[in-house]
Amino acid sequence: MNNFYKIQEKAIEEWQALQNSPEPVIYVGMGSCGLASGASEVWNSVRRTIKKNNLKAQLLKVGCIGPCYLEPFLDIQKPGLPRMSFNNVDVSKARKLISEYIIIGETKLKPLGHLGENKEEFEGVKSFWNHPMLKNQERIVLRNCGIIDPENINHYIARGGFKGLLKAFDIGPERVIEEIKTSGLRGRGGAGFPTYKKWQFCRDAKGNPKYLICNADEGDPGAFMNRSLMEGDPYVLLEGMLIAAYAIGTNHGYIYIRAEYPLAIERLKIAIQKMFKLGLIGKNILNTGFNFDIKIKEGAGAFVCGEETALIASIEGQRGMPRSRPPFPAVSGLNGNPTNINNVETLGTIPNILRKGGKWYSGFGTEKSKGTKTFALVGKVRRTGLIEVPMGTTLREIIFDIGGGTLKPFKAVQTGGPSGGCLSEEFLDLPVDYESLVSAGSIMGSGGLIVMDQGTCMVDVAKYFLNFTSQESCGKCTPCRIGTHKMVGILDKITKGEAETRDIEILEGLTSTVKNGSLCGLGQTAPNPVLTTLKYFKDEYLAHVEEKRCPAAVCRDLVEYRVIKEKCTGCQRCVSVCPTGAITGPRSEPHNLDPEKCIKCRACYEICRFDAIAGDAIIIV
Amino acid sequence: MKDTIDAILKKHIPKEKGNLIPVLQSVQKKEGYISPESVKRISNYFRISRSSIYGIATFYSQFRFNPPGRHSIKICLGTACHVQGGDFILKALQAEIGISPGETTDDMRFDLDRVACLGCCALAPVVMIDNKIHSRMSVIKLKELLNKYE
Repeated sequence: MNNFYKIQEKAIEEWQALQNSPEPVIYVGMGSCGLASGASEVWNSVRRTIKKNNLKAQLLKVGCIGPCYLEPFLDIQKPGLPRMSFNNVDVSKARKLISEYIIIGETKLKPLGHLGENKEEFEGVKSFWNHPMLKNQERIVLRNCGIIDPENINHYIARGGFKGLLKAFDIGPERVIEEIKTSGLRGRGGAGFPTYKKWQFCRDAKGNPKYLICNADEGDPGAFMNRSLMEGDPYVLLEGMLIAAYAIGTNHGYIYIRAEYPLAIERLKIAIQKMFKLGLIGKNILNTGFNFDIKIKEGAGAFVCGEETALIASIEGQRGMPRSRPPFPAVSGLNGNPTNINNVETLGTIPNILRKGGKWYSGFGTEKSKGTKTFALVGKVRRTGLIEVPMGTTLREIIFDIGGGTLKPFKAVQTGGPSGGCLSEEFLDLPVDYESLVSAGSIMGSGGLIVMDQGTCMVDVAKYFLNFTSQESCGKCTPCRIGTHKMVGILDKITKGEAETRDIEILEGLTSTVKNGSLCGLGQTAPNPVLTTLKYFKDEYLAHVEEKRCPAAVCRDLVEYRVIKEKCTGCQRCVSVCPTGAITGPRSEPHNLDPEKCIKCRACYEICRFDAIAGDAIIIV
Repeated sequence: MKDTIDAILKKHIPKEKGNLIPVLQSVQKKEGYISPESVKRISNYFRISRSSIYGIATFYSQFRFNPPGRHSIKICLGTACHVQGGDFILKALQAEIGISPGETTDDMRFDLDRVACLGCCALAPVVMIDNKIHSRMSVIKLKELLNKYE
C-alpha cells in the first residue's frame, strides 16, 4: 500500500503540473466519433504546425466528452487560463486556432465553453458544463471521459483512481458486497438484476477456479455507451473488475469485447500493461496477497453472444448458442465453474460507489432504480451524443432539454435495442427507470435511445428490427428461428402494400408464439418492436394495408420519385449522381425520370438544390 | 501461406478449443479470409473436424470465405444509421459497383459488407472503408469518396 501512495503522489504532481503548465496544452478528442469526424487529420495538422513554428506546447489525446454532433473537439489551455473547448474543428480551423489563439494571443473564434473547475462564466465564455446538452446531466461513470488522457494511468490516479480499490481492500469482500447492496446498483446491461445478489451467488458457489467476465459485446445497434467509456476511461472498468473479483473471490478475469471496437481494445490493452507495471494487475496486488489477471477475448460478431450462456460458449470456442438456465453461470459457467458476468457500465460504476459510498450513490435516481444511467442519444434529434442522467429523468427532459428536440415533429423513441419497443408521444413524461419502461411495453436495455420523427415509418422500423433478430437468431429454438423469419415476411408484405388485414392478425398471433417458445432473451423479446408499434402506431399499419400508402414516404414500393417540371432548371446534377441512369434530359431543360429504371436510392433527392424532386407517396390500387 | 499459418498456430498453445476463434481471427487478419487450405491446417492442429470448424466460423459474421478486394467497404446498418438512410446508401452503392454484400468486384477493387453497428450512431449514417469510419454519409459523398480509392 505504501508503494501506491508514492505512485499516487507522483501522479498528482504530474496532473497538477499539467493544469499549471507554463506552456499551452492542446487536447484533441480522439474517440471513435471524433476520429470519424476527422480528428486524426486535425491531430496531424496540429503536430505539424507546432513543429513548423517551433512552438512549446503539449499535445494530448482525450476520449469522447459527450456531444458527438460537435466533434471533433479541440481544447486549448493557456497558462493561467481555463481549458477552452472548441467544437467542429477541421484542419483549417485548427491551424487558425494555433496561429491566432496561441501565437498571436487572440482569436475571434468562439469557444463552446471552458472546462475550468469554477463553473462561473470566464471573460464572456460560459462553462462547458452549462451547455444545454450538459447542464442537466449527472456524470458519475463518465466523469473522466474527455478530460483525461486515456492512455495515461497517472491522470486516472490523480483524479481519485484506485481509491475505490484501496477502500475495498480495507473493508474486505463481505463489506464490499454490503456497500453495493446499499448503493442499490442494478445490472446496466438491461435486465436490471441487483448486482450485489449476483456477486453473492457467485461468492457462495462451490468450485474453483471462479471467473469474472466483463460483457463488452455491445451488440445493440444504435448503442455505443460502453465503447465510449472504454475508449475514454479504460481504467475505471479495470478497477471495477478488480473490486468485483476481490469481492467474489476469483483470480481470473475476461473482457469479451466486440471486434468492431478496435480502438477500445487497443486502449484496454495499453491500460492493462500499465497497471501490470505498477503492480495493480498480476500477482500479490499492492502486497495484499490478492492475484488477478485479465484476458481480452475478441467477439467475432454475433449479437446473441450478449446473452450470458452464449457468451460463455463463445469464449469456450464454440458456436455462441445459449443454453437453458438453471444452472445459472454463478453456479456453472465458464468451463463448468462459477462465473460472474457484469456489463461494462455496471463495473465502471463500482469504483465510484466504493470511493464515495453506497449511500451517496443511492441518493441519485428513483426508489427502485438507483443512481445514474448512460444513454446513446441518437437518431432524428438535434444534439446527438453520449449522456448520463439520474434514473427517473423523463424522456421529454432527455429528448427535448438535453437533445434539443427534433427537426420534424416528434413521433417515437425506441429504447432497449432489438429487445425493446417504440414509445409514442404520450409516454414523453415517463420517468426512465427499469419498471416504468417495462410497464410501457419496452425495456431499459443497455441504453440506446433512438429518436424518430414524422419522417420515420414505424412499420419499416419494426421490419428493420425483426430482420435483425431473424438474422441474429442462433437457430436453436424453432419458434425464434422460423417465427421471426415469418414475421419479417409479413412485415415485408405490409411495406410492399401486398398485405391484407388478416396478415396483421397472423402477425399478432406469431408474437406470442415466439415470445413464449424461445429459450433466451433474444427470442423472448424479439416481438417487442412489433408489439409496441402495433399498439401505439396501428394507424400506420392500417394505412399500409388498407390504403397501400406509407405516411412517412419511406417504404420504397409505395413511393415514386418524380421530377417537378416547373421547378427543374435542368442543371444536370441529378443526372450525374443517378447510379442507374434513370434521369435523362438535355441541360437547361426539365429532366425526365424513368420510374422503370429508378431504384429509389434518394441520390437525386439529396442533391437537388431546387426542391424539384419530390419523394411523394403514391397510392397503389 | 503455410508459414504464416504455422506461425499463428505456434502462438496459440495449448491446443484448446478456446483458442480456435482467436486463431481464425489471426488467420483472417493476415490473409484477409479463411481459405479451405487454412481450415485444413487448423483442423489438423486442433484435431477438430473441418466441418466443425466451418460450423463455428460461419456462425460468426466476422469471418469471410472468399478473398477480399483491395478496399473493404462496410455499410453500417445500425438503428440510427437505418433511420438516417443507411439502407438507401447501400442500395445506391450496390447499383454503382454492381455487387451485393459479401461479394468482391471482378477487378478486386472493392468488397462490400453490411455491419450491424459501428458504434458511431451519433454521426449516422456512417460507412467504413478500410478501417476508417466516414461520418454523416450520403449517396453523393460516398460516390465522391470512392474515387479516392484505387
